[in-house]
Amino acid sequence: MWTRRVWLGLRASAGGRRGFPSKADPQGSRRVTAELIEHLERLALVDFGSQEAVARLEKAIAFADRLRAVDTDGVEPMESVLEDRCLYLRSDNVVEGNCAEELLQNSHHVVEEYFVAPPGNISWPKLDEKEPFSHC
Amino acid sequence: MLGRTLREVSEALKQGLVTPTELCQRCLSLIKKTKILNAYITVSEEVALKQAEESEKRYKKGHSLGDLDGIPVAVKDNFSTAGIETTCASNMLKGYVPPYNATVVQKLLDQGALLMGKTNLDEFAMGSGSTDGIFGPVKNPWSYSKQYREKRKQKSHGESEDSHWLITGGSSGGSAAAVSAFTCFAALGSDTGGSTRNPAAHCGVVGLKPSYGLVSRHGLIPLVNSMDVPGILTRCVDDAAIVLGILAGHDPKDSTTIQDPVKPFTLPSLTDMSKLCIGIPKEYLTPELSSEVQSLWSKAANLFESEGAKVIEVSLPHTSYSIVCYHVLCTSEVASNMARFDGLEYGHRCDTDVSTEAMYAATRREGFNDVVRGRILSGNFFLLKENYENYFVKAQKVRRLIARDFVNVFNSGVDVLLTPTTLSEAVPHTEFIREDNRTRSAQDDLFTQAVNMAGLPAVSVPMALSSQGLPIGLQFIGRAFCDQQLLTVAKWFEKQVQFPVIQLQELMDDCSSIFENEKLASVSLK
Repeated sequence: MWTRRVWLGLRASAGGRRGFPSKADPQGSRRVTAELIEHLERLALVDFGSQEAVARLEKAIAFADRLRAVDTDGVEPMESVLEDRCLYLRSDNVVEGNCAEELLQNSHHVVEEYFVAPPGNISWPKLDEKEPFSHC
Repeated sequence: MLGRTLREVSEALKQGLVTPTELCQRCLSLIKKTKILNAYITVSEEVALKQAEESEKRYKKGHSLGDLDGIPVAVKDNFSTAGIETTCASNMLKGYVPPYNATVVQKLLDQGALLMGKTNLDEFAMGSGSTDGIFGPVKNPWSYSKQYREKRKQKSHGESEDSHWLITGGSSGGSAAAVSAFTCFAALGSDTGGSTRNPAAHCGVVGLKPSYGLVSRHGLIPLVNSMDVPGILTRCVDDAAIVLGILAGHDPKDSTTIQDPVKPFTLPSLTDMSKLCIGIPKEYLTPELSSEVQSLWSKAANLFESEGAKVIEVSLPHTSYSIVCYHVLCTSEVASNMARFDGLEYGHRCDTDVSTEAMYAATRREGFNDVVRGRILSGNFFLLKENYENYFVKAQKVRRLIARDFVNVFNSGVDVLLTPTTLSEAVPHTEFIREDNRTRSAQDDLFTQAVNMAGLPAVSVPMALSSQGLPIGLQFIGRAFCDQQLLTVAKWFEKQVQFPVIQLQELMDDCSSIFENEKLASVSLK
C-alpha cells in the first residue's frame, strides 16, 4: 500500500541527497527520486500507485540503458519508415461533418452542444497536499 | 463447411450449396459452444444475421459483391465499429460506442462480410499473451484439442482438465482463437511488435503483417503510430492474400498510406525455386530458442534448399538491440497516444469534479490497468527534456541502423528471410503469469518486433506440431511492399508442410447435430 506516510518518509530521507538524476551517470542506472516520481505523475496525469510500479520503472530504465552500447555516430534519427515519401494531404474542402449530436452522445457530461469540464485554473496539488493514494 | 478455405466457401455460396444465413448460424452456435475460450468480447448476433439476410438476397439475384460476400469474419476490439461497443479490453473505453467504422472494417463490410463480433485482446494491445484485458484471458483452442490432450494423458495424473490451459499469445489472441476454432473465416488483428504473428503461431493459424503504409490505420485505436499495422489472421495463406487484396490501398483518411495503386492479386504457384534466395539471420539463433523450434527452422531451411532454392546465412548485426530500441520507442509513443484519454469527450469519466487535472488523473487511474500506466510513465521518462537525446533520439538512431540491416540483406540478393516466430510453443497460463507483462513482451517479441521497426511485411505460417501436440509456426519476412512475393513463398511452404487440422472433437460433436437438425425458417433474435 502506497500511503501518504510512506511518501513523506521517502521525501524526508531523500531530502539531503536529492537532485535531478545525473545525466552522465557512468553506472547507467538512474535513481528514481521522489521528485522524479512527482514530476512524471504530473506530466502523465497517471500515478504510480505502488512501490512495485516504481521498481518497474527502474527496471525499464535500466533496460533502456543498454542502448548506450550502440555506436550511432553520424546516424540520423529515423522517425518513419516512409521518410522517403511525401505524406498525402487532402484538399482543404469540407466533405463531412455535421455530426455534433453523434459525438456528444459519447460524453458523460454535456450541456447543449458543450462538453462540460471541471475548472481548469486549479493547479494539480503538491505531494503534501494530496489525498493518500489507493492502490488500484 | 467451416473447415473450408474462403475460395471454396465463396464458390459454395455462389452455387447455393450453402446460404449466408446457414453459415452465420453455424458460426454463431460454434461461438456459443466455444465460449470457454473467451475469444469474443462482443458477439454481434443481430447485426450478423441481418447482414447474412442481405447477402442472401444478393446471391439469389446473382449479384454477389465478391469473395467475401456472406463470409463470417471477426474484428479485434481495438478497431472502431459503428454502433458496436469498442473497448480495447479496458475500463477506459468500456461502454464506448464509436460513431464510425475503421476503414478496414468498412472495406470488409462493403464486400458483404458478416461481422460476428469483436475479439478479446490484451488491454490496449499491450502484451504478448492476451491475458491482461478486463474481460479476462483468452484460452488457446489447442488446450482442448485431441492432439494436445492425448499427449497430456500420457504424462499427467488426475490433474483437473481445465487448470492447465494454454495462452493464445498476443495481443490479438482473441482473433487467433476465433479463427483457429472455426468461428469465423478471417479475423482482423493489429501488429505493433508481433501482436498478430505471435498468437497466429501459438494457435496454428496464418498471421500476416502487411507492409507499413499498405493498409489504412484509420479507426485502429493507435498504440505506436510509426509501427502499428492492421493484421490479418486466416486458416490458410491464400485466404490471407484475398483479405489483403481487399484491405490494401490508399486511404485519404490515413495520410501514412502510400499512394501507389494496389490491386487485389492471386498467388501464383512457385515452380522455379532456383531463382529464390532465402536468408537465415544468424543472430536469431539465440540460447532461449527451444530446441524443437530450432530443429523445425533447420528442417524448413533444408526443405527450401532441397527443392533448389538458394539458402544462405545472413547477418542482422543490431538484432540484440532491437528489443531495447522497441521498448523505448513504443513506451514513448504510447505516452503520447494515451494522452487523449481524459474522460471529457468519450470513455470513462470519474466522479471528481474539482479541477480538470484532478479529473483527468482520477479518470486515468481508474481506466487504465498497471501495464498501460507503467508504459505511460516509462514513456514520459524517456521524453523528459534531460532524457530526450539519450533515450528517445538515440532509439530513433538505432531504429535506422536496424532498418538499414534489413535493407543491406535484401540488397545482397535475398528475397525472403526465414526465422522462427516464437521461442517455443504456447505455454500454460500458470507458467506465463510468473513474469510481468514487460518482461514477457521483451522475451516473446524477440523475433517479431524488428520487422515492425523496419516496416516490412511478415507472415507466420504454422509448420508442425511439437512433441506436446501444439502448433509451431515459422516467420517469413519480405521486402517492403513485396507482400505478394512474400505470400507466394509462404503459400508454397504451407503446401509442403501440410500442417494438421486441429481436432476439436468434443466441441464439434455437439455442433454436428446442430448442422443436421437446424431449421432456418424462424430465428428468434432474443
